[in-house]
Amino acid sequence: MTVAQQIITIGAVVLGTVITRSLPFLIFPAGKETPDFIKYLGRVLPPAVFGMLVIYCLRNVDFLSGSHGAPELIAIAAVTLLHVWKRQMLLSIAGGTIIYMFLVQTLF
Amino acid sequence: MQKDNVKLKALKAAFPHTIPILAGFLFLGMTYGIYMNVLGFSFIYPLIMSITIFAGSMEFVAAEFLLGAFDPIKAFLMTLMINARHLFYGISMLDKYRGTGLKKPYLIFGMCDESFSINCTAEIPEDVDKGWFMFFVTLLNQIYWVSGAVLGGVFGSFIHFNTEGLDFVMTAMFVVIFLEQWLKSSDHKSELIGLGLSVLSLIIFGADGFIIPAMAGIFAVLTLMGASEGHKKAVKSF
Repeated sequence: MTVAQQIITIGAVVLGTVITRSLPFLIFPAGKETPDFIKYLGRVLPPAVFGMLVIYCLRNVDFLSGSHGAPELIAIAAVTLLHVWKRQMLLSIAGGTIIYMFLVQTLF
Repeated sequence: MQKDNVKLKALKAAFPHTIPILAGFLFLGMTYGIYMNVLGFSFIYPLIMSITIFAGSMEFVAAEFLLGAFDPIKAFLMTLMINARHLFYGISMLDKYRGTGLKKPYLIFGMCDESFSINCTAEIPEDVDKGWFMFFVTLLNQIYWVSGAVLGGVFGSFIHFNTEGLDFVMTAMFVVIFLEQWLKSSDHKSELIGLGLSVLSLIIFGADGFIIPAMAGIFAVLTLMGASEGHKKAVKSF
């Protein structure tokens, strides 16, 4: 690939990303009243989206072979327990990550 | 002077929210820089790509595009598919990004998974300017990501300490945000729909193709629920 072709390729990726991020704002501009249905979606989507994002992070975990996703499940359980117990965001995230690193580096 | 105070206050309020991302993005950004380095690209590539694309997983895929045959249409269409989840972020942020003035284009441009997550859920103190808060969250995240990518691209081959598993910091953050949503809501319908349909879609379509069917399913079920609730309300008011 020539440098010009590389620039065009990167440009295509930038354009695609910008479109997915800006499209809702272009279709429903701030100046106009947003339809009730879209307002409803804006309210109920985030909790569903975060469920989807958690699964997105785990999409490449192999539950059928290898460690069967045990380090991931144990670490997520630890994050959940820590968070319900202390409700300290950084503590839950750091605690879960340290447990996960320990698990994949030593036990699994 | 007054204006600078507003910005500084927003920056101070925003920074603690971005600490997990500081750890995650420096690490993942470095992984990306090292990956590019191993593929034979100068650090200029991760530098420019992390600034202009600023979508983590997409930048890894873009590296593959650069190595393959020249096909910008394919690159464009694949980007739309991989990043389709951003459409949901935009719909969720229509209200929150309203009235942010000149900062709005950057807020939208920089709306990666992590910036969206914080800006969507953070409880911003009353006396902090919301627009600047969200601006600094987005900017700090991008600075972390670009710094990681460049560090990885320049020093990639010299780094030898055991970081295996550090990338879990991003998963942990999304789990915590999901839990926060769960603990705050009275019924857990949306959470369960998002989680359940994504798992179902992942089992059926596999890791590379599950996002779009999952989004379609979530959209359909939430729409039906909204319609039936609207119906109930209409009956009630009648």
